[in-house]
Amino acid sequence: MRVIRVLGTALLTLGLAAAPAAADSSPSPSASEEDGAPTRAGTSFRTATEVEQGQTATARASTGDYLYWSFPADAGQRPTVRATVRLPESHAAETWQIDVYDGLRRRQACQYGAQTRTAGADTASVELECVLRTVRAWSEPWADDPLPGTYYVRLTALRVATADLGQPVGAELRVDSRDMGGAAAVDGALAQPLVPGIATPVGTDLAEDDDSPTAVLAGLEPEDGWASGWWSDRWLWTAAGGALAALAGVAGYRLTRGSGRPPGVPPHA
Amino acid sequence: MIRRKRPVAGVCALLAALTAGLAFPAGAAAGEPTGQDAPKVNLVLDVSGSMRARDIDGRSRMAAAKQAFNEVLDATPEEVRLGIRTLGADYAGDDRKEGCKDTAQLYPVGPLDRTEAKTAVATLVPTGWTPIGPALLKAAGDLDGGDGSKRIVLISDGEDTCAPLDPCEVAREIAAKGIGLTIDTLGLVPNVKMSRQLSCIAEATGGTYTSVEHQDELTDRVNELVDRAAEPVVTPVATEGADSCDRAPVLQSGLYTDREEFGQQRWYRVEVLPGQELRASVSVAADRAVRPDYGVLLRAVTVHGRETVRGEATGNGRTDVLSTGLRHPEPEREGEDGDGDKPAAEVVCLVVTNSFSADSGVKTTPGLPLELTVDVVEGPDGSSDVASFGLGRGWWLLGALILTGFLAGLVWGWLSRWRVAVWRTN
Repeated sequence: MRVIRVLGTALLTLGLAAAPAAADSSPSPSASEEDGAPTRAGTSFRTATEVEQGQTATARASTGDYLYWSFPADAGQRPTVRATVRLPESHAAETWQIDVYDGLRRRQACQYGAQTRTAGADTASVELECVLRTVRAWSEPWADDPLPGTYYVRLTALRVATADLGQPVGAELRVDSRDMGGAAAVDGALAQPLVPGIATPVGTDLAEDDDSPTAVLAGLEPEDGWASGWWSDRWLWTAAGGALAALAGVAGYRLTRGSGRPPGVPPHA
Repeated sequence: MIRRKRPVAGVCALLAALTAGLAFPAGAAAGEPTGQDAPKVNLVLDVSGSMRARDIDGRSRMAAAKQAFNEVLDATPEEVRLGIRTLGADYAGDDRKEGCKDTAQLYPVGPLDRTEAKTAVATLVPTGWTPIGPALLKAAGDLDGGDGSKRIVLISDGEDTCAPLDPCEVAREIAAKGIGLTIDTLGLVPNVKMSRQLSCIAEATGGTYTSVEHQDELTDRVNELVDRAAEPVVTPVATEGADSCDRAPVLQSGLYTDREEFGQQRWYRVEVLPGQELRASVSVAADRAVRPDYGVLLRAVTVHGRETVRGEATGNGRTDVLSTGLRHPEPEREGEDGDGDKPAAEVVCLVVTNSFSADSGVKTTPGLPLELTVDVVEGPDGSSDVASFGLGRGWWLLGALILTGFLAGLVWGWLSRWRVAVWRTN
């Protein structure tokens, strides 16, 4: 099944290579005019604001709010989430934290980075960072490895004095990822990425008046669409290995076989 | 049998993929119709006597609120149905009982006539008590009907003066009744007690609390909240889980809400065909004061009671929700793919339990809000090797291949030399 799908995808890729990328990155309604980066954050998983990787999302919020963003991450990427919170002029010590959840709303561990940080009284800002594990194309259902799909980021103040609740803060979020290449290419693939609501049928009769954007739980895709999962640099390594082995084989053959006939055998024999 | 069917299925899948790939832009497949009704917003404004205080940029709180309302009314998106309700606007006397009933609909929730709404706001004079609880109840009533998103924006400058009716309890009950009603609160020049109360109201419904000390903050925030109401949001479907699998409701792919009390079990059933994968995620919201250690457990159980996979989450400290999820691929059954018979769907039971707890005195009903997403998709392709297609990578691989090739070449060369020698001697 997989092989056929892979072949199919390869054909598709060839056929559609010339066509412009069909990735539907419809900007979320809260996008600003200039660069499309969102200027608002959601307040729950359901209302999370969608952010592309590489965009800097900003939001004005209040201390104590739970701010939610979501971004797509594909197999082979190792996303890094960075958030900066600008705090009001006077405040008591506050602890801020970012949590990252996958498309199944499972909390994802951070490999490194200061996920939680306490800002001392009257500090101007606090910076948080979370480096996720590498996203794999497949994992067993019992594991909680990061899989391709939507990821949620929640930013909130963990410990805050009641007097500071509701004070205006500014938040900034940016997600970048490093391509981990073939080292992370695993076998197997999900039929569909872990995008919440992906199995929900699209409204059919709503298509007539198209002005109102349809609400989806998550709609963003990586820039070039979801990877089909068949390409990795393992093909190159393996092919190169095969070629070198062939060369080495010829060399070994020539070493023992000699350059022609065995010594002592007359040419006319 | 299976082997023979596979290429056919593969070709079908390929064709389907081709048509789908050509017909729709990628990503259009994820979606769900929203509530097509217009979003409704009810602005609830405190017009109590304390609004006379002149401490917002040197002007009275009332004047600031009026200016903010004027600007918000100008900027309200066309599709939003906006209403305005006041509290403490009419009764100036000392009778607490009377004062606590003092809430009125200043402008009904409906299509917005900006001039009319502005005129109504202009007439307001700071007068009476601060009956937040009753005003919230009435405001929720104003928003009744329709399945669009609903939002109450409460602007107040003092804590509720109408105990024992705790506005926080009221907010929780409202949230338990209506689906998707959010209360956002704004406190004008708040003190600590008021901050606590208003943020409690907001957290009970998944809203936000903002403290306001300047005119522009007020305008910006209210504008933003009204805009947010206009954003399309997937509306969940209310369901009610049962206490055992055989009585549980059957769920399709979609987004659901329910309520779950402390220590309660909620069961749901999902039908999954062989070869499909069930994805479920659940969030349980802490909408009241809970003890600082808590957990959520989601299990997929067969009808015979065997657990196949579970998702668990535990947490500690301040939180809005705790969530977890699971994937349950239903294996393809071998040898049953005979002649056009649709294979029978397997029933998977989902059980949600939580280990939230609260101090005595905290109400346990209605239960904590629970949100469940269910997606049934095509199953994953299994992995037969750790590496992609079993391919290799790295210098060790190259070294091993070169060495093997070289050795093979040596042996081959030696063999052929030996063969020639044998042929020569004969």
